[in-house]
Amino acid sequence: MRVTLSHPERQVEIPGPKRVKDLLRDLNLVVEAHLVIRGDDLVTEDELLKDEDQVEIRPVISGG
Amino acid sequence: MNCKKCKIKAVIGLPRHNAAFCKACFNEFVLEQVTRAIKGERMFGRDDRILVAVSGGKDSLALWDILLKLGYKADALYVDLGIPGYSTKSREKVQQFADSVARTHEAKLLIHKVEEEEGAGIRELADLIHRPTCSTCGTIKRYQFNRAAVEQHYDVMATGHNLDDEASRLLGNVLHWQEEYLDKQGPSLPASVEGFAKKVKPLYRLSEREVAAYSVLNRIDYIVDECPMAKGSKMLLYKEVLNRLETESPGTKQAFYCGFLEKQARALQQGSGQAQPAPPSMAEKDRATLHPCATCSQPTTAEICSYCKMMARAKAGSTR
Repeated sequence: MRVTLSHPERQVEIPGPKRVKDLLRDLNLVVEAHLVIRGDDLVTEDELLKDEDQVEIRPVISGG
Repeated sequence: MNCKKCKIKAVIGLPRHNAAFCKACFNEFVLEQVTRAIKGERMFGRDDRILVAVSGGKDSLALWDILLKLGYKADALYVDLGIPGYSTKSREKVQQFADSVARTHEAKLLIHKVEEEEGAGIRELADLIHRPTCSTCGTIKRYQFNRAAVEQHYDVMATGHNLDDEASRLLGNVLHWQEEYLDKQGPSLPASVEGFAKKVKPLYRLSEREVAAYSVLNRIDYIVDECPMAKGSKMLLYKEVLNRLETESPGTKQAFYCGFLEKQARALQQGSGQAQPAPPSMAEKDRATLHPCATCSQPTTAEICSYCKMMARAKAGSTR
């Protein structure tokens, strides 16, 4: 699947199928600080992502 | 994972509430939390005019959206800091929201341009006065938001600070034992003296992730990029630490901040019931220490307020 990450913006290819929580863990990202968006929809941590999915992992932290 | 209320497929899990919600039930949850904050802290009423401080980020645009949906009279002020690239982009997001959503509620957007009034962008100003950009920005924003609220007769000024903002700020203040700042950590600060607008934080019961989820679900187009000036900020580190704790132990941030608010309220109540005089309230302390700035008349503890001092130094620096 193609995964878009921010700060800095980049894309990585990760083989599916994979659960959202496993994807975040593999990328060493904390669930509480991120949202996972497939297409236009938010998905929960137990959702199974398919190899052909386009996924955005959006950080939620802002402010100085 | 299914919605706790209506049992259809959930779009977000909320471990700290031991719940998961679909879009409709999550929106309901968000509006309930904000309503609870507004009423519980007596922030404002139906007839009050509210000025929302907007930046183009998820929190302030979500706040403006929620207040309008709840039927409050809320206009907004955007301070254009003149940060190359970032300010243009964030301003576009605010303008887009104002045109597409706020206008349908007859709410208006006010804009203050730092370069026009202060004579230079935020980075140049910070260089001229030899101060960190974030603290220069903080001084200008606090001053301009307060000034706009007072001069244009708004009853209250609302900011998009969320639970993570408040918990991380509290952590920073406690780590350095900055007890003098703890008084001002509440979600509702009174208009204690002439020239100070009442300030409220209606999102303080919602985590940063919940506010971001609300914005995504409701198609609010916000600026996702971090402010280039905030890189390496201590607050970002405190937020990361708290999020690690939250992941291991859901509810930590809420227990930390809301526990502090409860203790603070109890201490004030206990003080008022004792034979010895109660500790002075924040409003009493403000009335005892603040007076009008000799230059601009906004309240300050010194003869000249920090904004006017900063502007005088910037002017001297630019003519050198």
